[in-house]
Amino acid sequence: MTDRGAPARRTQSSLFAADRRTARRNAVEARFRLYGLLAICVGLLMLAVLVVTIVTRGTGAFQQSFVTLTVELTASKLDKSGTRHLEAIKKVSTFGYAPLLAAAFETKAADLGIDTPLNPKEMADLLSKDAAATLRDHVLAHPEQIGQSVEFRFLANSRVDGYLKGRVSRDSIADDKNISAEQLDFVDALVAAGVITKTFNWDFIFGADASDQRPEAAGMGVAMLGSLAMMLVVLVLSLPIGVAASIYLEEFAPRTWWTDVIEVNISNLAAVPSIVFGILGLAVFINYMHLPMSAPLVGGLVLTLMTLPTIIISTRASLKAVPPSIRDAALGVGASKMQSVFHHVLPLAAPGILTGTIIGLAQALGETAPLLLIGMVGFIASNPPDSIAGALLSPNSAMPAQIYEWAKRADPAFYERAWGGIIILLAFLITMNTVAVILRRRFERRW
Amino acid sequence: MNDMTRLENALDVTEAKISARGVQVFYGDTQAIRDVDVEIADKTVTALIGPSGCGKSTFLRCLNRMNDTIESCRVEGTILLDGEDIYDRRVDPVQLRAKVGMVFQKPNPFPKSIYDNVAYGPRIHGLARTRAELDEIVERALRRAALWTEAKDRLSEPGTGLSGGQQQRLCIARAVATEPEVLLMDEPCSALDPIATAQVEELIDELRQNYSVVIVTHSMQQAARVSQKTAFFHLGNLVEFGETGHIFTNPEDPRTEAYITGRIG
Ligand SMILES: Nc1ncnc2c1ncn2[C@@H]1O[C@H](COP(=O)(O)OP(=O)(O)OP(=O)(O)O)[C@@H](O)[C@H]1O
Ligand SMILES: [Mg+2]
Repeated sequence: MTDRGAPARRTQSSLFAADRRTARRNAVEARFRLYGLLAICVGLLMLAVLVVTIVTRGTGAFQQSFVTLTVELTASKLDKSGTRHLEAIKKVSTFGYAPLLAAAFETKAADLGIDTPLNPKEMADLLSKDAAATLRDHVLAHPEQIGQSVEFRFLANSRVDGYLKGRVSRDSIADDKNISAEQLDFVDALVAAGVITKTFNWDFIFGADASDQRPEAAGMGVAMLGSLAMMLVVLVLSLPIGVAASIYLEEFAPRTWWTDVIEVNISNLAAVPSIVFGILGLAVFINYMHLPMSAPLVGGLVLTLMTLPTIIISTRASLKAVPPSIRDAALGVGASKMQSVFHHVLPLAAPGILTGTIIGLAQALGETAPLLLIGMVGFIASNPPDSIAGALLSPNSAMPAQIYEWAKRADPAFYERAWGGIIILLAFLITMNTVAVILRRRFERRW
Repeated sequence: MNDMTRLENALDVTEAKISARGVQVFYGDTQAIRDVDVEIADKTVTALIGPSGCGKSTFLRCLNRMNDTIESCRVEGTILLDGEDIYDRRVDPVQLRAKVGMVFQKPNPFPKSIYDNVAYGPRIHGLARTRAELDEIVERALRRAALWTEAKDRLSEPGTGLSGGQQQRLCIARAVATEPEVLLMDEPCSALDPIATAQVEELIDELRQNYSVVIVTHSMQQAARVSQKTAFFHLGNLVEFGETGHIFTNPEDPRTEAYITGRIG
């Protein structure tokens, strides 16, 4: 305590020159910073590779080639009776419409003066297999147009689309019996004439999935609705259940052996592989409770089981982070336990709860494995649901399941769509996480 | 002892607002308070003094059952409020705490507006029927806590944005707004400057007209200034309890004398 404790051996040193110990310490620090920097660089590099790969492979799916054609809706072919009765018109199947498309191509080629060895049917093969059906649907909707010439925008066949996007080349079609070099020549001429164009493809985002033969028509929209329905189920069930359970455990439950067991089990549940929840869902919801197969309701229930532990853990953490003095203050003025929780603790914990919930939902959104077992993978979601009950109960797919389904199919056009689907899914996830971060920032500043 | 004091003592016994008998407090296995007997009279200020860690806060928290919130804490003995045992099974601690208000050792305003901090108690107890009544209660409480002049223009600002001393006065305002019958104050002036301290002491003196006040303090001067009764705690024991004047001028126990004169603590 006295001044005599001053070290005797201390030599005179300048502050301008680092002594040996300081120099060594600084070197260690500099090295450590370098390691950290390197680690971050590696991480960023991986991220960059990921983003670049996804974007380069996936953006193609957002563009689609269309063929603009003027089709003469020949009355003699479409309405043989001449009565314009819908029943009579319906008798003509899509096969009956195919010749009209061939004729339209023939006229177009003649108008443009394109010289091609192709016969009209081979020309019409450039269109998607969807085209005849599209035409028929239009005629059934507008029977009064029979006899007139109407302009249509048809989807081009996936080979043509691939050719325009560079996925299909003249070399790669050597063994391809779906398309020939002459057809590609014809395509080149049509592109030059502006008949075939590539535009942004809203149908990929909002449309329905299509069968194996028509990758050009496949879209994510219905699967997106499936995911949305599942997320709704997850949110509606897991938020109230999770928050109520957390509040009870954190604020009301006495600390006994029993609550400890519950606590440990919740932490364990969070680590259970999702496929386990999937098989549980299959056993309980489908086999035992007889809920429909492939239904988003069942998917939502399974994902709820998976999300609950995440929500409970994050909610309890945010409840714990509220200083106990706030609870004391409320109790001290005569508030009941319930009032102290709902008036003071819960509002303070809300941002953390919200963030945890959104992150739990984001996890659930990207989950594929449990859907495998309840039949949501492999289902071709080609019809959008017609009502809310339908959205929950009728079979559907989900975004990650749809991506998996596309990636599995042989046609490279589907592969491209799988990457496009990943872009959509990532866009959702990034949006959700951003919302979580913004919410957290926003509310945390309040106090 | 002359007749006068004997009469006073007799009066005290009948007018006891709170009487604690044989109170023992345990945190888990360790005993924090041993055999405390205290009679807290109505309309008086009782000071609890003693070295740090001797159990003043613990005892204070027994009086409104705030110790219930600490899982490991166990209270034995009886504490009567107006002759009723507050640890009786039929007693709802929430109702008790509305009668026995508390100002905590560390200021703990709600992270809400100043107004809402003070209005919270009256709101949940239904003390005001209209907004105007509530405004009046808030103003009165803030005035009594000597915070009105500083806070009247920023009632909607968060209470946590006030300085430490202002926060403590806000907590005092919050406690008096519910009109408790007994007010427990745990070192209410430890963060206050001398002017605010004087104002709070004035408030305590004013409260004495209607309520009984129990105040924990580390300041001998403050205890001497504001209290009529003083209890000296040491290592969990109640060493001495009596008239403030008597304890400060003529302590019976050597430990009390040592503490007051600054030799232990
Ligand atoms: N929550 C608790 N759990 C366990 N022990 C506690 C707890 N609170 C207080 N104690 C112990 O009880 C004893 C008395 O504490 P208390 O807070 O009543 O002291 P105090 O007289 O108020 O001191 P100070 O003047 O410093 O505020 C101390 O030994 C303390 O360690
Ligand atoms: Mg204390």
